Amino acid sequence: MREFQYSRASSVSDAVASGATFIAGGTNLLDLMKHEIMSPGRVVDISRLDLDRIEAEGEGLRIGALVRNSDLAADLRVRRDYPVLSRALLAGASGQLRNMATTGGNLLQRTRCPYFYDTATPCNKRDPGTGCSAIGGVSRMNAVLGVSDACIAAHPSDMAVAMMVLDAVVEVEGPAGTRRIPIGAFYRLPGDTPHIETVLEPGDLITAVLLPAPKPGEHRYRKVRDRASYAFALVSVAAVVRMDGDVIGDAALAFGGLAPMPWRVPAAEAALRGQQPSAALFDRAADLALEGAKPQEGNAFKLPLTRRTLAVTLAEACGLEDMQ
Amino acid sequence: MQTELFINGRVHRLEADARTTLLDALRHHLGLTGTKKGCDHGQCGACTVLVDGRRVNACLTLACMCDGSEITTIEGIGEPGALSPLQSAFIAHDGFQCGYCTPGQICSATAMMDEIAAGWPSHATGDLNAPVTTSAEEIRERMSGNLCRCACYPNIVDAILEVQG
Amino acid sequence: MTRHRKIDHPDDDNRLDSMAQGVLGKPVDRLEGPLKVSGLATYAAEARPSGMVHGVLVRATITKGRVTAIDRQAALALPGVLAVITDPRMVRYSAQGMADKGPKAGPQTVDYHGQPIALVVAEGFEQARHAANALHIAYEEEPAPVDPDAVTPEMPQAKQKAQGDLDAAMRDAAFGIDSTYTTPTLMAAAMEPHAAIAEWDGDNVTVRAALQMLASDRKQLADALGIELERVRLLAPYVGGGFGSKLGIAPEAVAAAIAAKELGVPVSVALTRMQEFDITHRRSESRQRVLLAAGADGVLTGIGHEVLVSNLPDSPFSEPVTQATPFTYQAAHRRIVHRIARVHRSCAGSVRAPGEAIGVTVFEAAMDELAEAVGIDPVELRLRNIPDREPGTGRPYSVNRLGDCLREGAHRFGWSQRRAPRERREGEWFIGMGVAAAVRVNMLIESRARVTLTEDGAKVETDMTDIGTGTYTILRQIAAEMLGLPVDAVEVHLGDTDFPPAAGSGGSFGAASSGTSVYLACEDLRTRIAERMGCAEAELRLQDGRASFRNDTRELRDLLAGEVLVAEGHVEPGDAEKQARQATWGAHFAEVAVSRYTGEVRVRRMLGVFACGRILNEKTARSQCLGGMTFGIGMALTEAVEHDPRSGHIVNRDLAAYHLPSHADVPAQDVIFLPDRDGFAGPMQAKGIGELGICGAGGAVLNAIYNARGVRVRDLPATPDKVMP
Repeated sequence: MREFQYSRASSVSDAVASGATFIAGGTNLLDLMKHEIMSPGRVVDISRLDLDRIEAEGEGLRIGALVRNSDLAADLRVRRDYPVLSRALLAGASGQLRNMATTGGNLLQRTRCPYFYDTATPCNKRDPGTGCSAIGGVSRMNAVLGVSDACIAAHPSDMAVAMMVLDAVVEVEGPAGTRRIPIGAFYRLPGDTPHIETVLEPGDLITAVLLPAPKPGEHRYRKVRDRASYAFALVSVAAVVRMDGDVIGDAALAFGGLAPMPWRVPAAEAALRGQQPSAALFDRAADLALEGAKPQEGNAFKLPLTRRTLAVTLAEACGLEDMQ
Repeated sequence: MQTELFINGRVHRLEADARTTLLDALRHHLGLTGTKKGCDHGQCGACTVLVDGRRVNACLTLACMCDGSEITTIEGIGEPGALSPLQSAFIAHDGFQCGYCTPGQICSATAMMDEIAAGWPSHATGDLNAPVTTSAEEIRERMSGNLCRCACYPNIVDAILEVQG
Repeated sequence: MTRHRKIDHPDDDNRLDSMAQGVLGKPVDRLEGPLKVSGLATYAAEARPSGMVHGVLVRATITKGRVTAIDRQAALALPGVLAVITDPRMVRYSAQGMADKGPKAGPQTVDYHGQPIALVVAEGFEQARHAANALHIAYEEEPAPVDPDAVTPEMPQAKQKAQGDLDAAMRDAAFGIDSTYTTPTLMAAAMEPHAAIAEWDGDNVTVRAALQMLASDRKQLADALGIELERVRLLAPYVGGGFGSKLGIAPEAVAAAIAAKELGVPVSVALTRMQEFDITHRRSESRQRVLLAAGADGVLTGIGHEVLVSNLPDSPFSEPVTQATPFTYQAAHRRIVHRIARVHRSCAGSVRAPGEAIGVTVFEAAMDELAEAVGIDPVELRLRNIPDREPGTGRPYSVNRLGDCLREGAHRFGWSQRRAPRERREGEWFIGMGVAAAVRVNMLIESRARVTLTEDGAKVETDMTDIGTGTYTILRQIAAEMLGLPVDAVEVHLGDTDFPPAAGSGGSFGAASSGTSVYLACEDLRTRIAERMGCAEAELRLQDGRASFRNDTRELRDLLAGEVLVAEGHVEPGDAEKQARQATWGAHFAEVAVSRYTGEVRVRRMLGVFACGRILNEKTARSQCLGGMTFGIGMALTEAVEHDPRSGHIVNRDLAAYHLPSHADVPAQDVIFLPDRDGFAGPMQAKGIGELGICGAGGAVLNAIYNARGVRVRDLPATPDKVMP
């Protein structure tokens, strides 16, 4: 870790004006700073700003950026009205990390690509222009969708996958004022610039995440990982499905572990609407969800695994008892 | 830089590099080596301490960010002759072998029991809207942030169940 | 006085059974328990000698070649930096267990990616960590093979064995299995990373370190530093797990000692978790072909076990995968093939139960395939193939309890409830059961201990270590039992080379070897007490601090009359180990649930039944077995090092990416010990226990997966992607 200047922000505007790197939970930033993958010269501590409340706003909720993952997961309104979010949060990290990690920080969590983490190896995300070691290397945890020749890193967050299906909106305070960014427009695909991961500009501070009115229906989050707990997703599926009699009235789907950002596929959702649930239908949705996939040898299994995880998640959400 | 930490009921004034984590502050500067460094990256739980009553990974916490916070380490949970019920249960159930992850397991479990009491759900909870109950499965999931390579897991679960009832 | 015994003959006197105190074998709480649960047990990195500074090792970022330049000036210009040390005595990797010499020195020549090449020392840890990161190094790189499958392997003559004609047996067999399995590189990953604090007093150095075998570690460190043995003192009172990784001295201990000498202050060097993966010994990956020929009744006629493992070009160690294969099952025609690929991955060495851990696991999976092919119960298949005498040599077994373990386990586990593959389902989950034999060779290693008896009690001193194995407690129990004292009246001091040299913790031989040295010392003390009682040692009864002979009972305190009795016990292996095949035996049973969609596997329950001679402490022995069984879960389901195909380096070099089993992966586990005595193991009839639990455990899990889902996973571990099809 390089030396840095530490100061504590006294207000949001103070923080934004600082132009420094913000630290809140620290679970990701300090990890990366120890490896010198991120080496900010100035670190501003925002952890004591007044952004740690969950409040009703309109028909939805306003989640302060500093609300800890554990508090968000345990919030009675979230458990009742947005259970997919609770489930996603509880499927991530550990009790300790959830006590530290914040809502805003989780959205900005950086990839777990092992080559990003190993400063001895080239990485376009860490050191633009040096190349991608994961291509042709070990790629088990890497992305198969939305990738580029420059980067195949996957986004590691569980929470953000749930935020995707809930149509969350990210509130940002920046030098130019307040902006509200739909989460679908928040992330950027790697293209030639994998080091740029979101639409945030220097000085921008996430102040809240806004959830619109609750989505009726079954909320599911299924995460498949290499051990039973405390591991990043190989594949995860967030689904909110509303049945309309015996057909699917509405469905929202997002995937984790597959892409450089939480991955939502409107075409797959559209294919489900108005249809009777069946294995064949879920397979069709998977086809659409996986369209354009570019797997490596080491992560090609994610395609069939996604298909199966989606099928079991949808079957449960639709109340389909047995699916051959 | 200067930081004031309230650790196990005592005030400590720390004068250290801003880069110093709470874990290194405890181990290198304050002589509280009961908190262990197993990975230094939030991947093992050996450094678990309580900050303002919540379990956290001390390795991913800057000491300077804890200015004014109340910190409980394993040394504050209990000491020989005055062990906490959980510490005693760990001995009785042989909830450790090498002992290196043990302070973290005990700090974690201490706070985890409060989390259950507060009604926090977990990944293992069946119904998010029903009262949370204690079970071996719940404890296993909630304690998964504390790795034990000697793998005293079943004994740790038994120790916690004995205390949690 | 030294009581020396070489174990040349089996000792079936079972003297310990007639001792009066009644504490041996009991589930006594760990002696050091209160210190460990309160954070007061201090591990290697936790001393704080005044003036101590911090060193951080710097790794090579090439696979093979030479360091041509190191920019020390830039590093020395950074705040707090005291030195950049590149002493040619620094070592490239850890010593193999029990070696007499230090490991290969000369860190400027690079043998593998991640090798330590320099030590940066600074006043503060944070300063050293950054300076180490910033150190600029230039290399001259050479090409190097890193893929074991892409080189022509060595086939050392001494490691190949053949008997009869296996190929003919395979041709003629009613049922034949010819299956190839692969296991990945695995890591010990003890929770305490390697660390050392070195401090010199003139020409004498004291190193507090994370080590398993102090007596040989001391020789290695003296050799590495080029100083006399007597000038080195090692301290390791508490060791945060080893599992083989701390058998020999590692680069941090040598570097700390060199730096401390150069700077004249105590130096602390701890490996980061990533360095733990880079530098410490790995368990070699393996490719294992198992050939089984059987008659229609499942009786084996042929056994083949052909393996490929790897190591660095000069390393003497190669994973003894087939160690138990020659004596576990009978068959007239047999073949062992052992190939070693010389590649520039990190150094391979002993990790918990080297050989059997992966060898028995794979062999037992192949046995499950045979049971399926023959159409008989897997337990029955094994029972039909237990030999009467060791195949090949014709030696007797000291004891062979494999059949007893299988039968007892099958009964306790409810094995009769097992169904055909895919027959048992609970919703999404298929449920299955699997069995595997557990076998591990048993060894005794020379060991010494000193026992001092005073009016207040006894004190045991030896440089033996307790790495979580329960040594403190069992040595206390042995002394208490032999001397007729309550356990609280026995102190145990370990982990200091100023004490008599012990076997150390490794190879499951620690408890029996070190324990026997304590036993012998106590036997000597008993003889001297018996003299005072005017009786033979065998007639003496010691209990609760009193000595009795017939109806003469006296307080030990009065017999000693202020005198302090000191005895040393010294045990050496002898002919007994040649007269019979000694091993420990067991059987693993596992029940798993397998998602029919995602291939996720959850172990639901596990049972291990073991026979390992006399159990010294039921509680700590059980815990060791739980640990081994959980290593088996890891091997079967979650653990795999991934090597970069280009550089060979370990890509998933942290605990987020190398998946040790977590709490949630480990279900209720049961351990049963069969009452057992093995005189060939020495006067305590006790054998090793720390490794048996891992041997075969993963096989039971893999076999259960097959029974649940009908999927054979031959490329370990059985992660969801391999189970789902």
